[in-house]
Amino acid sequence: MPDERDERDVPDERDQLKMRMAYAFSQGVPHNQALGMRVLEMTATGVVIELPYDPKLVGNPDTGTLHGGAITALLDGCSGAAVFAALTELVPIATLDLRIDYLKPAEPGKSVIGKASCYNMTRNVAFTRAVAYQDTEANVIAHSVGTFMLSTKLRKS
Amino acid sequence: MTLIDRLTAAKASHDYQGLIDLVPYATFLGLTAAMQGDELITTMRYGDHLIGNASLPALHGGTLGALLESAAIFELLWRAETAVLPKTITLTVDYLRSGAPVDTHARGIVTRQGRRITNVRMEAWQADRGAPVATAHAIFLVMRS
Repeated sequence: MPDERDERDVPDERDQLKMRMAYAFSQGVPHNQALGMRVLEMTATGVVIELPYDPKLVGNPDTGTLHGGAITALLDGCSGAAVFAALTELVPIATLDLRIDYLKPAEPGKSVIGKASCYNMTRNVAFTRAVAYQDTEANVIAHSVGTFMLSTKLRKS
Repeated sequence: MTLIDRLTAAKASHDYQGLIDLVPYATFLGLTAAMQGDELITTMRYGDHLIGNASLPALHGGTLGALLESAAIFELLWRAETAVLPKTITLTVDYLRSGAPVDTHARGIVTRQGRRITNVRMEAWQADRGAPVATAHAIFLVMRS
C-alpha cells in the first residue's frame, strides 16, 4: 500500500544493522567471498544464504556433485550469521561445535540454499539449527545443529 | 577414466598427491597429502581465501570442517583394499581454538570398519600437534559395489 507509507517502511536502525551485517558476511569474510556466498535474507528469526554452483567446489569429478566441505562451509557460515542476526549488540562469537547430517548429494549445476535460525540464546551460548536445500525447502540435502560461544570481552564494556 | 579408475592407478603408483588432484574442491582449499612415517597427513596450505575472521585473523570454520572431512576420506581411500568412494553420513566438528593464518595439518583414524559403515575420528593441528585446533568424528557409508 504505497499510499499509506509510515515509519514502518523506513529501515530502522536494526534493519540497517542487518544490512551492514549481510554486506560484511559476503564481502568482509574472505572465505565466504571465495565461495561466492550471497545473503538472501537476514532477520532476527533467521538467515538465508545462497551458495551458487561452481565447478571449483566439486567433490566428485565424475558426477559434478559439490564436495561435502562446501556444504559444511555454507552451514557453518549461515549458522554463525543467524547468531549475529539474533544478537542485540555485536559481540564476537566462536563456533563450539557443528554436527551435520548429509541426507543426499547436491544436484550438480544448481545453487544450494542454507537456511539457519538461532533457536536459543543464553548468556554464554547460542544454539542454532540449519538446513541446506535445493529448489524448494522440502528438498533438503543436509541438516545441521551448532553451538556458539558468545564473547564476554565486549559485553562488559 | 572414472575417479575410481584413477584412484586405483594413484594407489598403485603411491602417488598420494595424485589422489588429491582429482578433486577440484581439494585444489580450491590447497590440500596436499603425504605419508609421514606410517601416517597419511593431509595439509591445508594457508591462503588468504581461507580466512573467516579478517580482524583476528582466523581461518573460516568451514575450511577446518572440510579439511577434517577430507583427511578422513583420504585415509579411507588410501587404506581400503578396493576403491570405493565413501559417502559422509554425519560429521561432527568440535572447534577448540581459533585457526591461525598458517598451514593446518590433519589426520583421520578409523575407529571401526564395518561391512557398510565406517567410523572415523579426526584431528587438525597447526604448529603444536598437542594443541589441536579442531577435532571431529564422522560416519561414512562405504558400500562395495
